[in-house]
Amino acid sequence: MSARISRPVTGFLALALITAILALDLGQSGAPDLFTAPPAFAFGSGAAPEGAHCTGG
Amino acid sequence: MFLQRATVLLIVLGFTLFAFVMAGPRAGLLVLVGLGFGLVLEGLRFGFAGPWRMIVTDRDGRGLLAQLIAIALVAVVAFPLMAGSGGELVPAHAPVGIGMILGAFVFGAAMQLVMGCGSGTLVNAGSGNLVGLIALAGFIAGSFVGTLHLGWWSSLGSLPVISAQGSFGETGGLVLTLAGLAIVAVIAFLRSAPGKRIPPRRLWIAAVLIAALALANLVIAGQPWGIVYGLGLWGAKIAQAGGADLASTAFWAAEGNATRLAESILTDVTSLTNIGLLIGAFAVMRWRADPGAQTQALTLASYGAVLLAALVLGYSARMAFGCNVGAFFSGISTGSLHGWVWLVAAFAGSILGIKLRPVLLRPRISGGAYA
Repeated sequence: MSARISRPVTGFLALALITAILALDLGQSGAPDLFTAPPAFAFGSGAAPEGAHCTGG
Repeated sequence: MFLQRATVLLIVLGFTLFAFVMAGPRAGLLVLVGLGFGLVLEGLRFGFAGPWRMIVTDRDGRGLLAQLIAIALVAVVAFPLMAGSGGELVPAHAPVGIGMILGAFVFGAAMQLVMGCGSGTLVNAGSGNLVGLIALAGFIAGSFVGTLHLGWWSSLGSLPVISAQGSFGETGGLVLTLAGLAIVAVIAFLRSAPGKRIPPRRLWIAAVLIAALALANLVIAGQPWGIVYGLGLWGAKIAQAGGADLASTAFWAAEGNATRLAESILTDVTSLTNIGLLIGAFAVMRWRADPGAQTQALTLASYGAVLLAALVLGYSARMAFGCNVGAFFSGISTGSLHGWVWLVAAFAGSILGIKLRPVLLRPRISGGAYA
């Protein structure tokens, strides 16, 4: 744990963490089904949003 | 320098294209929105935790005023947009409760210890801040553990969901929200020292851009900008990979959450914007000729304190139905009473966190506390 770890190296470590989570996720859940992908914009889609939000219990 | 910037562009465009190809156009657009947040937050140094500290310690209200301007801009557009959307766009409403208030207070304190809030932790980690990277790991774990206990905290007692538009109508609710923001702005203005009252041009531009991105988030996703849900989901994915049976927990067995857990995070709104935000902050740091110095080295115990505070940060954000983004920014800008209560409780906690900071964070070189 040293201050000698530069910002670029730390930034790449953060990207590596995200990549690892994504790889783990895709290994678990598989790739999303593009045929059930929502339209580009929720507004005007005629459907209620299905996403989850921090305010949900 | 050319190679460095070409690498940045490759990462930015590569992940956007990856999300678009893997999960469809909405996923690609949400990554772009997240990238925008990262570019603005890091590039124009627009933050949440820092300004809340500055107004207390330096009587500098410029950053807080910029936050209020951004929230007001979102509210002016979001209120009528949601009202006319026929349910396609939903607000960030949550109940006010004992657990929620306690969570907001603790979050406010913890965010001063890890030197970043929900969005700030992602920005800090992406921009190469070591404390931010440690905090991100803690935040992910904490927000996941928080989901396991949310039912208990909610059972301590809460009001029904109360919103400005629900109580006073769309126009009345918007006027009330803007009036509330104006009152807070006046308090911040009066508290600030002369010369530290009017946001500089940089923060005006950032406030407008953040508002535009938040509205883009709403129109594309159908819901306001959020952070915490995605981080908790990442923690749940890791726990599940480690053998945890989350189907037996109330939170992850609930219909919407079970779907998110079963499907890829590339289908989760807040995960996509979170990843984009982190990459955006990384891009700004790598684009600069000088990425800047690493944060001051801390003692090992202080790094431990950061990790613990980040765990608490994530956990309390879950208790509070959101962080500075989901509860404060998006809650208030879409009319939720809980956003206002969150503001008061978290600000009180933030004052405590500012006092704890020099006690818990010690630089490795003796002779002072962490600035």
